[in-house]
Amino acid sequence: MSTAVATIDTTRPAIPLSRLVKVELRKMFDTRSGFWLMMSIGIVATIATIACIIFVPNDNLEYSVFGTAIGVPFAILLPVVAILSVTGEWSQRTGLITFTLLPHRGQVILAKAIAAIIVAVVSMIFSFAVGALGNVVGSALNGVDTRWDVSVADMLYIILANILGLMVGFMLGVLIRNSAGAIVAYFVYSFVIPGIFGFLAATQDWFEKIQPWIDFNDAQTPLFDGGPSGEQWAQIGTSSLIWFIIPLSLGVMAVLKSEVK
Amino acid sequence: MFVHLPAGRLGVMITVEGLTKTYGGFKAVDNVSFECRPGAVTGFLGPNGAGKSTTMRIMAGLTPASAGEARVGGVLYQDIPNPGTQIGVLLDASAQHAGRTGREILTLSALTMGLPMSRVDEMLKLVSLTAEESTRRVRNYSLGMRQRLGIANALLGDPKILILDEPANGLDPAGIHWMRSLLREYANRGGTVLLSSHLLHEIEVIADEIIVIGNGRIVAQGTKAELLQTAGTFVKAGDTSALANALTSAGITASPSGDGGLRTEATPEQVGKAAASAGVALIELRPAEGAGLEEMFLELTSDTQREEITPEGAQS
Repeated sequence: MSTAVATIDTTRPAIPLSRLVKVELRKMFDTRSGFWLMMSIGIVATIATIACIIFVPNDNLEYSVFGTAIGVPFAILLPVVAILSVTGEWSQRTGLITFTLLPHRGQVILAKAIAAIIVAVVSMIFSFAVGALGNVVGSALNGVDTRWDVSVADMLYIILANILGLMVGFMLGVLIRNSAGAIVAYFVYSFVIPGIFGFLAATQDWFEKIQPWIDFNDAQTPLFDGGPSGEQWAQIGTSSLIWFIIPLSLGVMAVLKSEVK
Repeated sequence: MFVHLPAGRLGVMITVEGLTKTYGGFKAVDNVSFECRPGAVTGFLGPNGAGKSTTMRIMAGLTPASAGEARVGGVLYQDIPNPGTQIGVLLDASAQHAGRTGREILTLSALTMGLPMSRVDEMLKLVSLTAEESTRRVRNYSLGMRQRLGIANALLGDPKILILDEPANGLDPAGIHWMRSLLREYANRGGTVLLSSHLLHEIEVIADEIIVIGNGRIVAQGTKAELLQTAGTFVKAGDTSALANALTSAGITASPSGDGGLRTEATPEQVGKAAASAGVALIELRPAEGAGLEEMFLELTSDTQREEITPEGAQS
């Protein structure tokens, strides 16, 4: 008898993580604001390069100058990309569909983190390429030797530093789940807190001693400066516990338990 | 072998048992239990804030229940692999990124579920969104268009079960008629549909089975025929107080119902005789079909009324 009652099939293949990453990448570009946020990264990199060629004295024109000029706007924009990819699900309420199509929220969060890191790495490589082009063109225009003063290892450290910055943004997105709130929190973290810590370190001896161990921004400075020593790696580790790992864990736990409305 | 199976034997697709959700001390959903069968459209009727959306969010795994559980095909929603291909869910047509186009929203869902892109075009056609409309950003959609997009999204994965929260909200009468035909056909092919509404009229038009919820509790459930069939008589006269006196003196208890009429447990014949002997001219005299459901619904809404919904419910 073929009156087979249609029922739920629990043997179907689950949604693979690779597919989710692809979807999350697409979501970063498919709105007007997302598209222009990404475009602005490329535009800023180009403008910064041209500005270097025009304004930097010939004697100082070397690759690291281009790298720094492009790197600063990247450090500000990339975390915003990471924040919006998380908070949009709540601020725009798209989570109602996202988390219905995939009820395992941890996987969605993981896919977003991977997508954000891919964007960071690709855009950093892009910025190095633009900077290299600027270095070649700039030195030719100004009639000076082309100087390459950034090693591949330096580049990898800079990429890592940007990924860490991006992940702090990501963490704030997961923890706060509101676009404006998370972006403000990120700027407080990257501009206000270093000032406060700097003041404390300048006035309090005890704080100056522990600062590298607990200040995530401060601990990352060696990444832009030829690479951290063993102790400095340890400082990145301990400070990341306070500024990244613990708050991210709290945020993920809240996401898993919270109600999506 | 040719066997005619009564609908009840086809099994139960959705089982909700003792579902409770409390926010602080407030019980938004209070010990709610019901079942939905394949081949039927089950209407979930209740005023705004009665607990319909919360119940549906719990069913889709978006809201954790305080007690009880909801299973689909015997399985918890969280345990269904690639659930979009088995259950179509529309919880809020307005919960969309306003900056995405309608087509892009369907494309994202199709990619997530691993469907061919041809499904996107098929669904746009099914819900009558034109190619031009599908490339507009959702910000510029009317509520009716968002509902159509939401239904397209729910049907995208070709699921056997649909859970739709207020899908007719914002549709014009032609749109409601379209949705009725769509869901009727879907159910006739063996699909299971649960849809909610705060309008009695919508539910009467679309649903076969009705679950009425108020203040988080189920107050009535059954087939449409069962719920609409109430014993008693609806009667209306030009002079309502004279009619009321005539009925009282004949020993018939009556209560106000609808606009200016009375409802009583007595038969139309008894009521007619009582009115005739007192010389009261009647405007209407009929079996009180549906009046019971309507009264119950009005009573529910009058306590918790948040918007003008009474006229629409009563005009049916």
